Amino acid sequence: MSVAGQNADIGSTLAFDRGAPGRRAVAVPRWEGETAALPPANLLREGVRLPEMSQGEIVRYYTALSTRNFGVDSGPYLLGSCTMKYNPKVDDLIATMPSFAMAHPLAPDEEIQGTLGVLYDLQRCLAEITGLPAVSLAPAAGAQGELAGVLMIKKALEARGDLAQRRRILVPDSAHGTNPATAAMAGFEVTEIPSGPDGDVDFAALEAALGDDVAAFMITLPNTLGLWERDIERIIEKVHAAGALAYGDGANLNAIVGRMRHGDLGFDVVHLNLHKTFSTPHGGGGPGAGPVCATPALAPYLPAPIVTRDEDGTYAFARAEDSVGRLQQFAGSVGVLLRAYAYIRTVGIDGLVQTSGNAVLNANYLRNLMHDYYDLPYDRPVMHEVVFAGTRQKREDNVRTYDIAKGLIDRGFHPPTVYFPLIVEEALMIEPTETESREAVEAFAAAMIDIAQTAKSDPDSLHNAPRTSPIGRLDETAAARRPVLRWQPKA
Amino acid sequence: MTSPLTNPYIPNTDADRAAILERLGIASVDALFDELPARWRNPQIDVPEAMAEADVVRLFTARGAENISGSRPSFLGAGVYRRAIPAIVSHLVSRSEFVTSYTPYQPEISQGTLQAAFEYQSTVCELTGMDVSNTGMYDVASAAAEACLLAGRATGRRAIALLEPIHPGTAEVVRAYAYGANIRVDAIADVSEVTAEHACVVAQQIDFLGAIRDLEPIAAAAHAVEALCVAIADPIALGLLRAPGDAGADVVVGEGRDLSGLGALGGPSLGLFAAREQFTRQMPGRIVGRTIELHPAHDLDGDEIPLRTGYVLTLQAREQFIRRERATSNFSTGQALLALGFTITIQALGPHGLRETAELCYQRAHDAARRIAALPGFEVVEHGPWFQEFLVRAPISPPDLARHLSAHGITSGFDVSARTEAAAQNATLFCVTEATPAADVDALVEALAAVRATTGVRA
Repeated sequence: MSVAGQNADIGSTLAFDRGAPGRRAVAVPRWEGETAALPPANLLREGVRLPEMSQGEIVRYYTALSTRNFGVDSGPYLLGSCTMKYNPKVDDLIATMPSFAMAHPLAPDEEIQGTLGVLYDLQRCLAEITGLPAVSLAPAAGAQGELAGVLMIKKALEARGDLAQRRRILVPDSAHGTNPATAAMAGFEVTEIPSGPDGDVDFAALEAALGDDVAAFMITLPNTLGLWERDIERIIEKVHAAGALAYGDGANLNAIVGRMRHGDLGFDVVHLNLHKTFSTPHGGGGPGAGPVCATPALAPYLPAPIVTRDEDGTYAFARAEDSVGRLQQFAGSVGVLLRAYAYIRTVGIDGLVQTSGNAVLNANYLRNLMHDYYDLPYDRPVMHEVVFAGTRQKREDNVRTYDIAKGLIDRGFHPPTVYFPLIVEEALMIEPTETESREAVEAFAAAMIDIAQTAKSDPDSLHNAPRTSPIGRLDETAAARRPVLRWQPKA
Repeated sequence: MTSPLTNPYIPNTDADRAAILERLGIASVDALFDELPARWRNPQIDVPEAMAEADVVRLFTARGAENISGSRPSFLGAGVYRRAIPAIVSHLVSRSEFVTSYTPYQPEISQGTLQAAFEYQSTVCELTGMDVSNTGMYDVASAAAEACLLAGRATGRRAIALLEPIHPGTAEVVRAYAYGANIRVDAIADVSEVTAEHACVVAQQIDFLGAIRDLEPIAAAAHAVEALCVAIADPIALGLLRAPGDAGADVVVGEGRDLSGLGALGGPSLGLFAAREQFTRQMPGRIVGRTIELHPAHDLDGDEIPLRTGYVLTLQAREQFIRRERATSNFSTGQALLALGFTITIQALGPHGLRETAELCYQRAHDAARRIAALPGFEVVEHGPWFQEFLVRAPISPPDLARHLSAHGITSGFDVSARTEAAAQNATLFCVTEATPAADVDALVEALAAVRATTGVRA
């Protein structure tokens, strides 16, 4: 049974076991007109097991759950690679305006000119920002944008009669996990390219792997070590010389936005994560949006739909001539796209340049402040994030990165991304973003330094952390070994 | 004239930046970018200057006013349905602890998202009659495509069958994913065309033209050739219709956006994805599991608190960030906030409210159809039982009908006359749900009655 108060075992009682039979949260009108016969009984169901709660009970239950969650609005959330920055509230207000929220995607174009106009302008902004003029906003998230981009490459190779031969996609070992997974989903074999000792792609290994069986090279730029790839121009030159295409994972665009364009560097196609660079809320794990931007040569293959503007200023949904097709039934995460465009218009071009400047400044400040206390496998100036390693604490104090993360929770911070990238042992991937203040960065560094000292003086307090959270460490092994994945009625 | 605006989301002042730069021993913020190729640095970018918040709101208010759809009577469905969403839903999904968090990698401070996801999984399983659900996918079409990929992995087969009439958007998405995976897609008109080459047959419980299908013979035909049955279901209709799992489906997908209250022009969306237990480790996407604390906590008196129940992301060895190119999918960021809204709507309705809503939807749609069928020159196509969408043949062509209704300030249904099915010939697919205002239906009937008057066509 659950106990009231802070120590309550809220998790033991799901909505299904709350409330009482006959209780209702909403009143549904009864039909009083002429009654049509229901379909035959073999098509119908007896009933459905669902909670029976009053409206107040449901609101209290989900409010209680919300208080057991840490968001960017709760405190600093330095989750590397995820760009957990402040989400402007005005963007939410705009996206939920009924004039946008109620529009139907199959309405004739003349009935949805307002939304189409915004989408068209956002396409143009992203084309400018990436230097890649062919844009589709359709993909639902970064991973789907990647799939769109790789399918476009597949179509382009097919069109030039090269697909049967070019079966491999090269991916550095410092890439997001979605890169190799996407290449495999698009039907290609994946060849992993190692990183050199300084975190750049091992150029010799890349050169050796390139050949006329290679379809594309996928690279995250800046990479997941938070480092700028210093050979990028030479790499893209080699990739193109081998007849392959260059795919850019633009998830980390926030490091360079306004200062460097993927198109200028020679990329053929790039996807962006609007929920990162353009500050749309992450929603506990989505929705996101993952537009693709490409060269004119790849424009015929863009995913559907795209938005066009006629000479008379009217907008229309259109389809690229040899499109890879739709990736969702309709036009993508329009609610997210509206927020991203509102963000771009609010901060303007100068504001975008300031975001990358301050994001990189904060990351380098953190690197400097923590430098003497944690191992730094790639000891170079960083871009938007810095990857430390908990190896010293593991070796000297028997305190693992896992424990360090839990210790941060007790000190009021959302932990960084841990154990990723996979090429860094005991990785701590930290991204402060431009929306954290100088004193917030200093406070985080102070917490990390305190943890490093606690690892020596009182390691058990870290092994037993967190103690201030709504619940303690959970048995994740048992969860995977004997999966309980849904409510069942109590016997 | 006004001065250039500062970025209101960046807290560091010039003094902060100067102090940090001094500590770093670097001359300027720009110098942090010295590793980037000099010839491409700081390009000219044609993006407008900053605007004050109130001006941005005005800009969007003006753009929104150019949207007519949504503010006038509309009978479009075809995948996006107007639903009555309880006010508590937008209230709860707006709580910033939900909105501004991310994928719950740190369970101790993410129990809100995790427990809500477990509620979602449980709710989807109850609706669909399935054993296991993930935490949601992009939309119904990409969920159907992922189901086809699952079927391919489970059977080792390289073709799938789509049972027409299927939503054209769904068919197109399945084809795009299948192009990637080098899987053949066969559109079939009858389930007897499913063969042992097919990994699965994909069938809508309510087909694209609105008719309710009996999934049982479809699942039986698939199973006879050891293929899977992937069913596409409407969550509100599931208040009335047999659970697809009960009819033999192996995977059930559906669209949850319209119950989340968060869509705009059809997106973002929410793909429901649930399967039989045997496919658990083949599932794409995130899955949340139930567990308990490792160690007891202590109360203020220092006494041990019995181990409490909590929720974690689990079975992650399927996923891209661990398995990379051998993952079941590249899926990463999903649709968590929509899943939350969906769950609250369904749970607020409860077992009785869901059934009543489905029946209200059914009765209101059938009443509208009856009134239209009674108009001289109009026909509602008979093609078996249906739920909320019906095929109307007017005395004029579907495009002319749309123009006529538009002149009356009404958005017509979806023109399906280009399709090959007999039922779709010269037909428009109209949709009426429990949330369609009665006055809108009255206006429609009145406008349709005027068709005859303006064209002079006699029944």
